[in-house]
Amino acid sequence: MSYIAKSPWVVHYDGSSCNGCDIEVLACLTPMYDVERFGIINTGNPKHADVFLVTGSVNEQNKDVVKQIYEQMPEPKVVVAVGICACSAGIFRECYNIMGGVDTVIPVDVYVPGCAARPEAIIDGVVKGLAVLQEKRDNMVKAVEDESVEPIEEENQDAAEAGEAEEKKEEAEEEGGKQK
Amino acid sequence: MGTILFLIFFPIIIAFILLVSKEDKVRDGVVKIAAAAIAIASVVVAVQFFSSGEKYFSFDGEIVSYVMMAIEVLLAGYIVYTSWKHKKYLVILFAVAQTCLMVWFEFTRGHGIEVEHNMYIDRLSIIMILIIGIIGSLICVYALGYMKDFQHHHADQKDRRPWFFFVMFIFLAAMVGLVTANNMIWMYFFWEITSLSSFFLIGYTKTGEATNNAFRALVMNLAGGLGFAIGIVVLGTVFGTIELSTMLLAGSVYGELVAIPAAFFAFAGITKAAQMPFNSWLLGAMVAPTPTSALLHSSTMVKAGVFLIIKLAPVLGMGNFAGIMTMMVGGITFLMATFAAVSQSNAKRVLAYSTIANLGLIVTCGGIGTAAAVWAGVMLIIFHAVTKSLLFLCVGTAEHNIGSRDIEDMDGLFERMPRLAAFMMIGIAGMFLAPFGMLISKWAAMTAFVDSGNIILVGIICFGSAVTAFYWIKWMGKLSAIVAGEENIQKNVHKEEWFVQGTLVVLTIGVCLIFPLISMYMLVPYLEGVFGGLSAMILSADNMIIMVVMVAAIVLLTGLFFGKSKKKVVPIYLSGVNEGDNRTFYGPMGQDVQFSLRNWHMEQYFGEKKMNLIGGVLTTIMIIVGLGFMIGTLVNLLGGVL
Amino acid sequence: MIVKMIIFIVAYLILAPILGGLLAGLDRKVSARMQGRVGPSILQPFYDVFKLFEKESVTPTRVQDFYVLIFVLFVIASGVIFFAGGDLLLLIFVLTLASAFLIVAAYSSNSPYAEIGAERELLQMMAYEPMVLITAIGFYMYCGSFAVRDIVVGSSMPFFPLIGIFLGFAFILTIKFRKSPFDLSMSHHGHQELVKGLTTEFSGKTLGLIEISHWYENIFLLGFIFLFFANGTWWGYLIGVVVCIATYFFEVLIDNSFARMKWQFAFKSSWIVALVLGMINIFVLYLIV
Repeated sequence: MSYIAKSPWVVHYDGSSCNGCDIEVLACLTPMYDVERFGIINTGNPKHADVFLVTGSVNEQNKDVVKQIYEQMPEPKVVVAVGICACSAGIFRECYNIMGGVDTVIPVDVYVPGCAARPEAIIDGVVKGLAVLQEKRDNMVKAVEDESVEPIEEENQDAAEAGEAEEKKEEAEEEGGKQK
Repeated sequence: MGTILFLIFFPIIIAFILLVSKEDKVRDGVVKIAAAAIAIASVVVAVQFFSSGEKYFSFDGEIVSYVMMAIEVLLAGYIVYTSWKHKKYLVILFAVAQTCLMVWFEFTRGHGIEVEHNMYIDRLSIIMILIIGIIGSLICVYALGYMKDFQHHHADQKDRRPWFFFVMFIFLAAMVGLVTANNMIWMYFFWEITSLSSFFLIGYTKTGEATNNAFRALVMNLAGGLGFAIGIVVLGTVFGTIELSTMLLAGSVYGELVAIPAAFFAFAGITKAAQMPFNSWLLGAMVAPTPTSALLHSSTMVKAGVFLIIKLAPVLGMGNFAGIMTMMVGGITFLMATFAAVSQSNAKRVLAYSTIANLGLIVTCGGIGTAAAVWAGVMLIIFHAVTKSLLFLCVGTAEHNIGSRDIEDMDGLFERMPRLAAFMMIGIAGMFLAPFGMLISKWAAMTAFVDSGNIILVGIICFGSAVTAFYWIKWMGKLSAIVAGEENIQKNVHKEEWFVQGTLVVLTIGVCLIFPLISMYMLVPYLEGVFGGLSAMILSADNMIIMVVMVAAIVLLTGLFFGKSKKKVVPIYLSGVNEGDNRTFYGPMGQDVQFSLRNWHMEQYFGEKKMNLIGGVLTTIMIIVGLGFMIGTLVNLLGGVL
Repeated sequence: MIVKMIIFIVAYLILAPILGGLLAGLDRKVSARMQGRVGPSILQPFYDVFKLFEKESVTPTRVQDFYVLIFVLFVIASGVIFFAGGDLLLLIFVLTLASAFLIVAAYSSNSPYAEIGAERELLQMMAYEPMVLITAIGFYMYCGSFAVRDIVVGSSMPFFPLIGIFLGFAFILTIKFRKSPFDLSMSHHGHQELVKGLTTEFSGKTLGLIEISHWYENIFLLGFIFLFFANGTWWGYLIGVVVCIATYFFEVLIDNSFARMKWQFAFKSSWIVALVLGMINIFVLYLIV
């Protein structure tokens, strides 16, 4: 059994938008909606997050940022595009600097339309995302199991480690330094 | 006996050989062979006297005493001459005063006093000889490579290395003499030699700053020397002896009276151990080449000061003002120097303040004067000698290779000089972290402080330890930072430097592993001899075992897991604008901005000037009160006799 | 004796994370109720940690894991020393060692957020360490031993003679539990400070391990509170346990009623508390014992 769906930590990024959806995302954390019921925490750190909530569309300035935040999230992860701007760039679509919705730079798993998206809709979107998260996790486990070479490699590593155990501390540290 | 004399005279012979040999190769060979010989001889001394422990040597030293006095007068003449040249009149005053005092004493009363044992050896001396013989000579070997670089960096100056090595070896000889002299006049002689040697070593570069600092060191140490001389005169006049052992023996009966000369000796020890208000000479000594600093800080010079105070411990204590003065000066110095170290970013100054602070702890232990405190003090001496020399030598190597001795410039040293960074980290861990050396002794010191009943000291050590951890960890963190894309530059380091540092690393860890044995076979018998009765182990056996197991566990874990992570390496988080190299981000206006990280120095709380001022004032008051009481008692006493 | 010691150690190793996790869950639940929310399940901290173990393993540097490993092992070791009835000072030193390695782990990434977090953690360490040492010394002066096994069977309750130290220790517990107003270096729940401060560059298993070691740490820190009431009788132990729980929830209350303060305040106030409450109490002890 997997716990990924029971503790989805969120990182929230606001692209090019009117901040309406932004406010609604934060509204979800208030006592009125209390997403912490589901174990959802707004971490603000992609390295801890499982769910990437993007509001607003992607423009030339922030496309790399969106991409990098996405890349820095460890697997499994889902992307939830909140609001019509994040889904398809909405009313900003024709602006000179807008690239489009979030899916123009990273793969999006759940689209939550609305202008602004209501908190209920956002929560619903995240919960839908959890199912995707669970599926990705299962695929990850399967992929590891399929890799039959893995165990053999590990045995070799164990042997190597045992051999190196007798090495003196400073030598090991030096190696550690060099590896990087 | 023979081996001890060898340890005194052999370095002197070597020193003169080095003085006349100008060739690099000759010097390399001579220094290496001599260092090996000294180290072996010191181990031989340890083995030879291990079972007998305490041993006094009686021989007629009358002629030796006169020779020493002649040398003293000559040296005083030299000091007066150079000081006159540099217009340092205070130095002249101190030098003339104490030499006249000694000569007067020697001719009027000194020769009437029968000296039975001029020299001795006990387990404390053995420990000191091992430290001097092994660490001191290792530093000399390190200096070979270092001084080559140094000469290279200062090519415009005259090559004065023969002189440098001459003084280094004289220094070692003097230290061995100092820790084995039972005749206080002899000890005074060696004491003055170390003062003068450090004067030469500090002023080695002959720049204005170096000369000034050398004179500052000289004037402070001569002030201490004057204290020493007064102590001898009081001891000789009142007690009719100039033997250390007799004095300590008398201390058990006439504790109050013996405290008078002891206070003056302790004062001399305080100046030599660079306690506040005399700490500025040790900081000034940082201008000298790094091997000098390492030698001064770890195995010689300052250790002479604390050695004397530890020797005096039985007659100090809470009961008399000599003891209270010593422990309070040590305690205040420990706290203030520790605070001041936080505000420093120059690695050598951090080390200097840390030395002053640790010496403060040792002085405090000596001042408390119980068996437990002395145990802690001697352990501190051992661990401090090993670890501090390692750290100094590491900083010296870093300085020559990265061109800076600033900790803030040691960013990513782990990339640039992995082995050096690892050595340095071991050294730092050894300075403050459980289960390594210094902490063990600090632990014992803490227990001893609580038992002494001096509440102020308890507070001092609680706050002091917290701050100690602060400045060491922030340095350690700086070293550990992995800054990508740095070039490895450690191939330029001399072989000798690696050898010496490697040996010291092994010693640092080794001493932590065998410290229960040192305690059991060296220290506890010594303490039993000095304090009488069965000294209980200061740390209970199972705690010591836990410590040793922890050291072993850390070494083992490091070997097994350090840097062996199989995880995917990803870039660090820089708000999504990391340019991929972990040190540049895409900044505003479309520019790449490189960032760098700096540590906290907390100037507003721990400013160096403020700490030195507070410490200086408090310790001066303590010394004035302590010595004042002693002089008062003396006057009272003499008045009663007359 | 030895059998009893082993039972205690094993019980600590197994029960401490369970209890610590439950306390953390209760903390979140109670906090939520204080804020008029429903809050997560009490088992939420366990879900979080299990999830972290399921995540992909990534690291910014190859050495970070090693430092964290040492941190985890030595935090657990200091708890073991406590529950084996060992020396309080030894325990504090081992805990310092562990914290030092956590800080170095954060430094090693050379990430600005992690490094500022590490520096703040270092500052917090400097702030609370004197009080912790004074606490141990206070027990030593009153009970005549640093060993937990001797303190716990002492004939009289150390609480009243050590009341200043108790209050001081409760004060610095706020720092140790990483509660507002002193959650400068890293914080729990959904709070953010400097991204995630010290833990910014830790992820997946590494973060999970850090979380678990905090549970271990919290339990034996509460053990300190327990010691103030232990007097060798069952009712003394009972009071001890009740006060432990009360203290924990008092910290939760403090957490919810204060904003985060600046580091200057954290540093100054803890030192003043240590000086005033701690040192005066030590002085009084010196007079009465």
